Amino acid sequence: MPAVSKGDGMRGLAVFISDIRNCKSKEAEIKRINKELANIRSKFKGDKALDGYSKKKYVCKLLFIFLLGHDIDFGHMEAVNLLSSNRYTEKQIGYLFISVLVNSNSELIRLINNAIKNDLASRNPTFMGLALHCIANVGSREMAEAFAGEIPKILVAGDTMDSVKQSAALCLLRLYRTSPDLVPMGDWTSRVVHLLNDQHLGVVTAATSLITTLAQKNPEEFKTSVSLAVSRLSRIVTSASTDLQDYTYYFVPAPWLSVKLLRLLQCYPPPEDPAVRGRLTECLETILNKAQEPPKSKKVQHSNAKNAVLFEAISLIIHHDSEPNLLVRACNQLGQFLQHRETNLRYLALESMCTLASSEFSHEAVKTHIETVINALKTERDVSVRQRAVDLLYAMCDRSNAQQIVAEMLNYLETADYSIREEIVLKVAILAEKYAVDYTWYVDTILNLIRIAGDYVSEEVWYRVIQIVINRDDVQGYAAKTVFEALQAPACHENLVKVGGYILGEFGNLIAGDPRSSPLIQFNLLHSKFHLCSVPTRALLLSTYIKFVNLFPEIKTTIQDVLRSDSQLKNADVELQQRAVEYLRLSTIASTDILATVLEEMPPFPERESSILAKLKKKKGPGTVTDLEEIKKERSSDMNGSAEPASVNASAVSTPSPSADLLGLGAAPLANSAPPPSSSGSLLVDVFSDSPSAVAPLAPGSDDNFASPDLASSEVVSEEPADTVHDADELFHKFVCKNNGVLFENQLLQIGLKSEFRQNLGRMFIFYGNKTSTQFLNFTPTVICSDDLQSSLNLQTKPVDPTVDGGAQVQQVVNIECVSDFMEAPILNIQFRYGGTFQNLSVKLPITLNKFFQPTEMSSQDFFQRWKQLSNPKQEVQNIFKAKHPMDAEITKAKIIGFGSALLEEVDPNPANFVGAGIIHTKTTQIGCLLRLEPNLQAQMYRLTLRTSKEAVSQRLCELLSEQF
Amino acid sequence: MIHFILLFSRQGKLRLQKWYTTLPDKEKKKIIREIVQIILSRNQKTSSFVDWKDLKLVYKRYASLYFCCAIEDQDNELLTLEVVHRYVELLDRYFGNVCELDIIFNFEKAYFILDEFIIGGEVQETSKRSAVKAIEDSDMLQETVEEYMNKPAF
Repeated sequence: MPAVSKGDGMRGLAVFISDIRNCKSKEAEIKRINKELANIRSKFKGDKALDGYSKKKYVCKLLFIFLLGHDIDFGHMEAVNLLSSNRYTEKQIGYLFISVLVNSNSELIRLINNAIKNDLASRNPTFMGLALHCIANVGSREMAEAFAGEIPKILVAGDTMDSVKQSAALCLLRLYRTSPDLVPMGDWTSRVVHLLNDQHLGVVTAATSLITTLAQKNPEEFKTSVSLAVSRLSRIVTSASTDLQDYTYYFVPAPWLSVKLLRLLQCYPPPEDPAVRGRLTECLETILNKAQEPPKSKKVQHSNAKNAVLFEAISLIIHHDSEPNLLVRACNQLGQFLQHRETNLRYLALESMCTLASSEFSHEAVKTHIETVINALKTERDVSVRQRAVDLLYAMCDRSNAQQIVAEMLNYLETADYSIREEIVLKVAILAEKYAVDYTWYVDTILNLIRIAGDYVSEEVWYRVIQIVINRDDVQGYAAKTVFEALQAPACHENLVKVGGYILGEFGNLIAGDPRSSPLIQFNLLHSKFHLCSVPTRALLLSTYIKFVNLFPEIKTTIQDVLRSDSQLKNADVELQQRAVEYLRLSTIASTDILATVLEEMPPFPERESSILAKLKKKKGPGTVTDLEEIKKERSSDMNGSAEPASVNASAVSTPSPSADLLGLGAAPLANSAPPPSSSGSLLVDVFSDSPSAVAPLAPGSDDNFASPDLASSEVVSEEPADTVHDADELFHKFVCKNNGVLFENQLLQIGLKSEFRQNLGRMFIFYGNKTSTQFLNFTPTVICSDDLQSSLNLQTKPVDPTVDGGAQVQQVVNIECVSDFMEAPILNIQFRYGGTFQNLSVKLPITLNKFFQPTEMSSQDFFQRWKQLSNPKQEVQNIFKAKHPMDAEITKAKIIGFGSALLEEVDPNPANFVGAGIIHTKTTQIGCLLRLEPNLQAQMYRLTLRTSKEAVSQRLCELLSEQF
Repeated sequence: MIHFILLFSRQGKLRLQKWYTTLPDKEKKKIIREIVQIILSRNQKTSSFVDWKDLKLVYKRYASLYFCCAIEDQDNELLTLEVVHRYVELLDRYFGNVCELDIIFNFEKAYFILDEFIIGGEVQETSKRSAVKAIEDSDMLQETVEEYMNKPAF
């Protein structure tokens, strides 16, 4: 008989537990348990009524058996009986059994609720406590229905004992979490806030948790808690370590309450009242100061409690993101922790710094710790800590340190834990692309990734490198050379074969002049890998071979021999066989011209946002990619996701279309291919087939329209140098929500645009189409920025060829950098000579502030929290206007998404309203933007509200978006 | 908030489980297996924190027992370590030099003490004096040991 039993000592239970512990095998244990279950069952069923003690003992045994991992399917009724016992311990065991074992057996729940009701009404604080604990433990909907109305009354009643208040507060919190709809707000809410002033610190501690959760959902209603929390915090922080008696924990005054108060304050923006704000700043400074004081105890509990408060204070400072001084101090403090001997502190410092890195005030300060963080990556023994170091490096990366950080991550990848490799690969790929100044570096980095961790390189990553190489002609030769060299390795990863195959198939000709990489050598090198590869890769290689037939006619017969071999023509895999047959046939019957057309170099991919980011986000779960700018459009991932070489249908080749998407990488097959320059009749319009709505009204009977030059000069284009801006406002506004289309058109000239924007950068392709059959001479397009605009918008244009042949089209690239937010649009001026007359026209170029929008998905809770934070009257701009277009919800949604913001569903309580969020990226700063559009169908009006952290931005975005509906 | 608390031995035997969210039993068993395995496979001298799904595990070993709490991302990790420590202190104060056996044989008391300290995954009472007093008061309400000793064992 063990002597460890305490309290009431149920001897039978202790005996049973020892028996179980003495069982030598699992079988013996099960046998003993079955014996016991049979015994208890017979007792419960027996004729003789059991006394309370026996019931308690057997119920307790059942509980023990359940906790050992066995199923219990009886005894519930006996446990419920115990609830109505007057003996405390019997009641207590009954409640424990219910808490641990109850399921939503409605019959039983009614009985339990009845017992709870009696105990709540008993006015015996111990019984009330047990009942409240039980509600909190079970937390089911049925219980919420029964008690959610009752508990607030107990909580705020004047005569409720403190200990009951504490239980009631947390019990209500549990019910609010599981069934918020059942907890009625009411008079009690204001009285709950005043519990922050309660003299019993235990009551304040429990109430603060409740208030924090309620305030997250109903910030307006609990606003008064801010000043109360600040003064409470201030009293704690400034108290001597003995003032709070039992609430001082290892010389730290009320750490739990302090942390909870700091959490509560994180539901709100910095206090508006300067006195409260000043007091809070003082508190935060005091907490930071205390971190520098010598410890009052050597115990780890002392430092943990003290630092827990410190980290929570830093979280609040970061949340407010408004006091540069505090932010920098926080950063320095965390910097000290980075080198602390306690692993836990290093871990937390790395984690906390991640959020600090995204604040404009502290980003630079965080960067100064780069060496320490890199060192952590190399030396930390705990994978959790290394993981945080990777996260922090990713967060602190910018143009200035990208090369170093990427190199270190690559280095680390060689030895990284398998569990985090894929994530590192994604991060490296994202950083390399985002901060690539020199795309040869980008190509090198991705090939290194494949070499080091090929298995972890997902499709998104290698699709992306191909898209980038195809779209950037300055890197193609280098890429061809590099993959060729990489493929020399005797064993290379299949992903490298894919990238190599694709790139050499497109650009192998760029290195074929070198006898060391002659066509035949390239082919043999690729083909030597062929038999080691999977079917999809082989399919891709076959496409490369047919591309070689076009690029290198001199090795055509060699390739035909390969295609003709039995292993290809009679391959068991139908895809490979079909490719071999069709490619062989194509190479045999098609003329050189047709081959050249069919197998033409791939057109540039429509610039999309990287799907890698979406992947990273998905992998880490929403909310964990802290950096806001990283949150990208879902829809871009859909587009990229379909770029899948394996799904290529080889039969597409048999229709020799000039833009046949041989390898299937371009999901949107034709829209992006350059129009055949020879066909003078083709209008630019065709290029933008993906935007029919904009184009339709512009191209009525286009066949008649483009032809006669005489007509042109007389009507629209004046012969005098005309300096008036063609204020085609309507056209201009069309571009606010889209990037491609026709900007301007008259009888002579059509101007089309394709543009892409990412963060604060953008690129615009301007296509000038000569609609006449006569040459334009001295053709000079110029982009003009006013003085104001020049400081906010950095534009670089490349000159274009001064002659534009009749029917031809020239292209001009404008590189765009948004330095700070701006109002006006740049002007595009075009001058040229046409048939002896001088033409001069100007149009507004649709580079608008919203182009630098990045959508941000957020929950309803986050949205309203931020909405409140931007409640300063200057941050809000509102416009009420008449609808100019039919009020169609789907079109409105498309426009909001086209505007660049995320469209947040199920955020606004009124489903007819539209709510959006995003971030405007400029070089100097990032501006969070929230928008809300409320249509009134009856009045055919809209009300548009913009809230951003900057007045001018709210103003401009509101102007731009108001024109859209 | 704390989502659940697990106490288990170095041999991986579960000694106490407390759930503050509602999950099916099957799911609970799976989670327990997974977490015990994760924690036991960690070396000493590592940090006390492990990312697990969208939660964070905070754990500490006291003699032969591991105490592990699963908390949310924005919860305070260091203070959760002290939640564990405070619970150990409360057990110690009640049992006097608490050991694993006390918790095995008096598992119901271990639950009661935990309930006094934490409700619904939030700390209710941090004062050691108040929390222990609540338990001792309830012991006072008990019938005397003698009264029970007269009853049959089975």
